Amino acid sequence: MAEMVKLYIDGIEVEVPEGTTILNAAKKAGKSIPTLCYHEDLPPTAACGVCVIEYEGRPGMQRACCTPVAPGMKVITNSKLLRERRKAVVGLVLSNHNVDCPSCAANEKCELQKLANDLGVDMHMYEKILDHRPEDKTSVAIVRDPDKCILCGRCVTVCDEIQTVHAIEITDRGFEAHVDTAFSAGMGASPCVNCGQCIVYCPTGALREQSHLEAVWDAILDPEKHVVVQEAPAIRASIGEEFGMEIGSVTVGKMYAALKRIGFDAIFDTNFSADLTIMEEGTELVQRINNGGKLPLITSCSPGWVKFMETFFPNLGENTSTAKSPQQMMGALTKTYYAEKSGIDPEKIVSVSIMPCTAKKFEAQRPEMRDSGYQDVDYVLTTREFVRMIREAGLDFKNLPEEEPYHALADYTGAATIFGATGGVMEAAVRSAYYLLTKKDMPNVDIKPVRGMEGIKEAELEIPGVGKVKVAVAHGLGNARELLTKVSKQLEETGKSEYAFIEIMACPGGCVGGGGQPYGSSIAMRARRGEGLYQEDSSLPKRCSHHNEAILNLYKEFLGEPGSKKAHKLLHTNYVERSVVSGDAVREITHKH
Amino acid sequence: MKRKEILRKYEAKPDNLLYILHDIQDASPYNYVTEEDMEEIADFLGLPYSKVYGTATFYSMISQKPRGKHVIRLCDSPPCHLMGSESILDILKEELGIDVGQTTPDMLFTLEITSCLGVCGVAPAMMIDEEVFGNLTPKKLRKIIKDYREGNV
Amino acid sequence: MSLITKYVLISIDEDTLIAGARKVESELNRILAEQGLSSEIMVVETGTMGIMGKGVVMLIQPDDVTYVNVTPEDVREIVSEHLLKGRPVKRLQFTGKVDQSVISFRETAQELKKQNRVVLANSGLIDPESIDEYIAVNGYEALGKALTAHKPEEIIDMVKTSGLRGRGGAGFPTGLKWSFTAPLKNTPKYIVCNADEGEPGTFKDRLIMEGDPHKLIEGMAIAAYAIGAEKGFIYIRGEYALSISRTQKAIEDARAYGLLGKNIFGTSFSFDLEIKKGAGAYVCGEETALINSLEGGRGNPRVKPPFPGVKGLWQQPTVVNNVETLSNIPSIILNGPEWFKSIGTEKSTGTKVYTILGHVNNPGLIEVEMGTTLRDIIYKYAGGVKGGKFKCALVGGAAGAFLNEEMLDVRMDYDHLGEYKAVLGSGAILVMNEESCIVDMLRNILFFFKHESCGKCSPCRIGTAQLYSLADKIYSGKGSDEDLEQMLTLSEAMSTTALCALGQSPYLVIHTAVRFFQDEIEEHIRRKVCMKDICRMNGAERR
Repeated sequence: MAEMVKLYIDGIEVEVPEGTTILNAAKKAGKSIPTLCYHEDLPPTAACGVCVIEYEGRPGMQRACCTPVAPGMKVITNSKLLRERRKAVVGLVLSNHNVDCPSCAANEKCELQKLANDLGVDMHMYEKILDHRPEDKTSVAIVRDPDKCILCGRCVTVCDEIQTVHAIEITDRGFEAHVDTAFSAGMGASPCVNCGQCIVYCPTGALREQSHLEAVWDAILDPEKHVVVQEAPAIRASIGEEFGMEIGSVTVGKMYAALKRIGFDAIFDTNFSADLTIMEEGTELVQRINNGGKLPLITSCSPGWVKFMETFFPNLGENTSTAKSPQQMMGALTKTYYAEKSGIDPEKIVSVSIMPCTAKKFEAQRPEMRDSGYQDVDYVLTTREFVRMIREAGLDFKNLPEEEPYHALADYTGAATIFGATGGVMEAAVRSAYYLLTKKDMPNVDIKPVRGMEGIKEAELEIPGVGKVKVAVAHGLGNARELLTKVSKQLEETGKSEYAFIEIMACPGGCVGGGGQPYGSSIAMRARRGEGLYQEDSSLPKRCSHHNEAILNLYKEFLGEPGSKKAHKLLHTNYVERSVVSGDAVREITHKH
Repeated sequence: MKRKEILRKYEAKPDNLLYILHDIQDASPYNYVTEEDMEEIADFLGLPYSKVYGTATFYSMISQKPRGKHVIRLCDSPPCHLMGSESILDILKEELGIDVGQTTPDMLFTLEITSCLGVCGVAPAMMIDEEVFGNLTPKKLRKIIKDYREGNV
Repeated sequence: MSLITKYVLISIDEDTLIAGARKVESELNRILAEQGLSSEIMVVETGTMGIMGKGVVMLIQPDDVTYVNVTPEDVREIVSEHLLKGRPVKRLQFTGKVDQSVISFRETAQELKKQNRVVLANSGLIDPESIDEYIAVNGYEALGKALTAHKPEEIIDMVKTSGLRGRGGAGFPTGLKWSFTAPLKNTPKYIVCNADEGEPGTFKDRLIMEGDPHKLIEGMAIAAYAIGAEKGFIYIRGEYALSISRTQKAIEDARAYGLLGKNIFGTSFSFDLEIKKGAGAYVCGEETALINSLEGGRGNPRVKPPFPGVKGLWQQPTVVNNVETLSNIPSIILNGPEWFKSIGTEKSTGTKVYTILGHVNNPGLIEVEMGTTLRDIIYKYAGGVKGGKFKCALVGGAAGAFLNEEMLDVRMDYDHLGEYKAVLGSGAILVMNEESCIVDMLRNILFFFKHESCGKCSPCRIGTAQLYSLADKIYSGKGSDEDLEQMLTLSEAMSTTALCALGQSPYLVIHTAVRFFQDEIEEHIRRKVCMKDICRMNGAERR
């Protein structure tokens, strides 16, 4: 246990563990010291200088975000001088920022906007000095606007330390310093895996998604087009909070109602194809276990992770499940099964998905994802774009009625809904793999060790007839790198790994923390959204994918059985190795059967 | 080829990055470090490519774009400034027909401004490649440029 | 065996090399050989003699005649007239009024030590590339004494008692700094020498390394012993080619003599040194930025605490000291802390090496007692102001302060200057005569800060750019009273919100400029004129 330290914040006595920062100690005294570059999930970069405070015994001002407490310290967090200095710093930042609030993607979510407002900063305090740099639109998923960047360093910290992708870096020096990819090649020509964590942590609108919003509106308003939509599991756990509902509220019926009112012609649900993914991936796992195939099997539904694997762990290509992600399974079925069933020319179908994810935009455009004969998913909207769409359509989301989707491609079980949280795919897959191996349902489907926000989770399961099976879950690519470095080493040295099955999600917290989720999604918020999904799971009558009747019907009517030839053609994919410099495909590492 | 030989001299430790950048630049006929150089350095040191680039751009001695055969670095720090470096700069620009940060079309000279060279005793001063010139006067400067142009160095 | 009758000491440093010292030297050797004098007359390369801007400098001993501006064409005359006939060549003789304690060579090295030259005691007298010559002037004696007769704690106590304060700028007591790191059990520990001298107008560290590199190495070895380090790094500016090669040679020679390496002086103490070369970034003079650069990354300053003494290079305890600081150590150990304390003022002991430049008759390098006044430095040592009356001096480089004539008699040391909110800084003194313009200089200095800011923290990155742009407005006749007011308030805000000394520094230079030269600045603003006709008031863009 750390020793407790007693100190005074503006005369208020507080006691905190040794090593606590003044910023956090002040919270205990009910004082929230203004910050800008600081984020509770990330190590402090000390870049902005907004959180300055004074304390007796050391001249000048110190940054509260990174100064540890000391016994008996007398801290002043609010004085005329401190207020003046903070205003000066925010004024400087504004003088170097494209203040474009009403039309900015981060309007009302912007931490700089809020801070300037809270502190009463005159935005014209200093003359504008901003050397214009063009937007980086080279990526299919992410856009960077350097003119709005305040160099807080969060995106770089996230990309380097949390995700270990190292696509962006602070380059050059002094007033020329800016966030960039190497040789300004652009995010699209970098190892960026499109996870979008940089966007979620950006305090301003310097990072945003490559928007498909206008294209979707155009399609909806085009009478020739039949526009269908699917929504990811994690969406329903985060839209509510954007409309004044509690964080973690799960809204399903209202979501369908909003989509109908926006004008989509048919509403599917990615949860349906999540159950389908479990059937395919579960079958693949069982086959590999029974036939001595390559283990561990690693999940493949996170496109950020898939690109990461292709770039940094091509050695694990054959370990990665060939099953497509739920988005892409739905896409392939839309322009085949649905087109056939509803008698609509697939040419006229526009397939839209709403995802908590920016990497899905990349995934939808991959050349491998055209098994229906068309681009399987035409447009991908993020949660943020969807929220904007609801606002543009003038919908009072909170008071919408609960409505129904197109059931044949929308019914789902609890196993599907937890896909949105870290550990969820693992838990869902185990529920069905157990059944596939033993022909019996698990006595208790709650697999608690794989839930929660710990970076790497492990569990050992006893499966009758198979024995002990060890599984692992990692979320956040830094954690994935750590786990898979260990696995790669085991495979290299002994040809075997201690794990049979591994779930990887690119984003911390899983899809509830995806790069398409609202700005400012902290780890704490992600955890609450995840809890919302687990609650929905436990409230549903069916909690195993293999119990989903719509899925069973799909196999009966169209696909045959899990792992069938047709299923392979439409629902499975292959991988390429990518350059760590440019992210470009270098060679195929697996082939489609 | 050269690149490989340079890398071979070093242990693959990240703290050798600046040394390697210096060496590779020195070996380059155009006084700069290329994208391929940085790719290979990154691979050799086990560092991310972006990190190598970010580090290289921090230091003014390392260039990421081709420069002339001779890099002229005029000091405009306060001591040299006081002793008239600004008029020396005007003459350099005129003689070379380029602005600061540019390279002559014949790829002979690149003109840069540098922070203090630490030879303030002979201000105003400049460096051409590794050679330092001090007590610069318009006449002396024109002669130096002429010598370099004619290859008399 | 022949008898050496005369020594020709030729100063080989960056400044004399620019002037062609090598050509003069080879011409000299050629003519001596031609005339069969090579065995009688010995040519010795030395470091700086403290004379700047006077071309190739040469000293003939035992005659004590100094020649300046020597060209290869002059050599034949020097040989035939002086060396053969004993008639000094008057037209080349140095007649400057530079203080004799610096450039007089009448005393022997032993006598010099009694004088107030500590750091530069050997510079200009011995061949910096010869370890034997260093040893002949008691070199490495202090290290031997430290290792064999003292415990590390005693060394720290001696340094504490001596009152030595860091010569890099901030003036932190050196012994105290060491005492934070010495007791830590976390090994390895490192000693790092900050030789990334970037403060404009400062090149004392360069001349110390060029003139007497072994002294620095010896000082570092003693420091390493005191704090318990076995490995040291010297981070030298990339531009300092001669410092790098001389120090490198010195390290290799010391290794060959067993003065670096395993079990030095037969004790259990082992220590080795490595040179790291910078790549052009002023901010790397900040100790935590320097550490980041040593690790091979961008030279951004780190957050303190933790201080490097606790967590520095590769997160290990690391002491970072300036070249001049470390070069003081051998003499303190050898002569005792009381001796050191007897030099200088009560709270600023010892000597200070200054570079004195700009509008003075004899620019150069001097080492004088702490507390020497600016007036003495300018008029006694640098031969007075050139080209007009004294206007002011920029003391301490860009991060320093302007001192006008009111301040000429202030004693130059940490505390006395501190009373005036000025700093001793790196020891650069840039003298400006009345023909110079304060606005022009201020704008130039603020451009420097803008260019050299690391860009990590907002107050500095944007603040330095704003300050430059404000100064540029005034310089080009577009400034207003509000602009000047904003320069003052903004730089003051930066002085407490910027992360490191770089962003905190513009405050001092702006405030002293306004304090002493408000009228001149306001002339630029209100009448749109530069009385010195230096500022380009037509608003033409210069850069």
